[in-house]
Amino acid sequence: MSLFVAGQITVDWPLAAHSFWPILQGGLIYTIPLAMISFVFGLIIAMGMALLRLSHVTVLRWIARVYISIIRGTPLLVQLAIIFFGLPDLGIDVSPLIGAVVALSMNVGGYAAETIRASILSVPKGQWEAGYTIGMGYGQTLRRIILPQAARVSIPPLSNSFISLVKDTSLASTITVTELFRRAQEITATSYDFLLLYSEAALIYWIFCFILSIIQGRIEARLDRYVASNE
Amino acid sequence: MLLNVKNLQKSFGGRRILNGIDFTLDEGKVLVLIGPSGSGKTTTLRSLNLLERPEQGVLQIDGDEVDFSKPVSKKTIRAIRRKSAMVFQNYNLFPHKTVLENVIEGPVMVQKTAKEKAVDNARKILERVGLSDFLDSYPHQLSGGQQQRVGIARAVALKPRLLLFDEPTSALDPELVGDVLKVMKDLALEGWTMVVVTHELKFAEEVADKVLFLDQGTILEQGTPDELFGHPKHERTRQFLSRIMNKV
Repeated sequence: MSLFVAGQITVDWPLAAHSFWPILQGGLIYTIPLAMISFVFGLIIAMGMALLRLSHVTVLRWIARVYISIIRGTPLLVQLAIIFFGLPDLGIDVSPLIGAVVALSMNVGGYAAETIRASILSVPKGQWEAGYTIGMGYGQTLRRIILPQAARVSIPPLSNSFISLVKDTSLASTITVTELFRRAQEITATSYDFLLLYSEAALIYWIFCFILSIIQGRIEARLDRYVASNE
Repeated sequence: MLLNVKNLQKSFGGRRILNGIDFTLDEGKVLVLIGPSGSGKTTTLRSLNLLERPEQGVLQIDGDEVDFSKPVSKKTIRAIRRKSAMVFQNYNLFPHKTVLENVIEGPVMVQKTAKEKAVDNARKILERVGLSDFLDSYPHQLSGGQQQRVGIARAVALKPRLLLFDEPTSALDPELVGDVLKVMKDLALEGWTMVVVTHELKFAEEVADKVLFLDQGTILEQGTPDELFGHPKHERTRQFLSRIMNKV
């Protein structure tokens, strides 16, 4: 237990050492997988919504608009609560983990949809025409010509979305998923050393995000090889 | 007759862009479209590849037909589109693919040619346009003239019945124009059927079998290069020609 004595902070090093692994474990077992799985599903939703937003059919465009507006206009914490605590009222029981994945995926889907839409629009119209003139249809041009180029544009904002998502998984603690932050909370229940344990949790989140930003830099450098200033 | 264009009409934002365009082209012939900007020559060319959709008119290429006044099925669009291939003013190469990949993309992904065969063919074409040393380069590593020759190779590799050129040298530095025109001339000599929008009158004079002068969405005058350049009938044609000549 740490003591605050006359402006002096004493760190309880044994507690710091003992708690580090359980908290990190919560991160490795829940936080990272939760973020990764939700991101994959989220990107699938986002791609669908982006294509609907770009559709020539008015109704489809509106479906995507409404979805994106609701997701962006309501707090993630409330979305989580509706899915985990609210859906059982309709007779739909959701396990904490599934609830977290569903809420986080839908959330990422709403935000990343606009990123993906913008990145598709950033590819010059001539690239679509070049695809059509060599005989490709819409789908093939999108897949083979447009998306690889849009990917380069969307990597920085999508990486930011992923890093935000890693941190947002901490909200799953409110629906009893024993992820990183929930582990720290559980230990404070017996040790009452909030400053130490929450700082430890913060440190581990920061380490995760730091590693992710390094990976982001590598991916960008890789994709840069065919992009030149004269584009 | 490989190409038959009847009464193309198109307006945009209340303005007439095409006002009844008619012409035909026989196999192996080269047609050059000239005219001031806004005359409808590029729109006419792009209509042949269905990158523009006129509201009226009929397009026949090599036995396939589109009637623009009726809804057009996707199947028809594909069939017509595969008869021709476009070379763009700004090249529109795929920046994420190498030179070789740019050229084999259509044959492999659309025409389902075996990859080795497509690569073989692409190498031959790229050699002919003088780019053998750049197979694995990315477009941004090439000069404009080289990029446009890749653009031509990409179109030729599809073995279309008709090659379309949309001001292929307009974006190039003057000293790079010659190489591209030389490639186009060679293609014409090999017997390719070509429709070319250009301001290069010398090229038109040497290579074209027929020249159309477009003005305000109509064909004001047409004929052999000798007729059109030597004895233009219309005042507008004369004005346009003298303005272009003086600029060069």
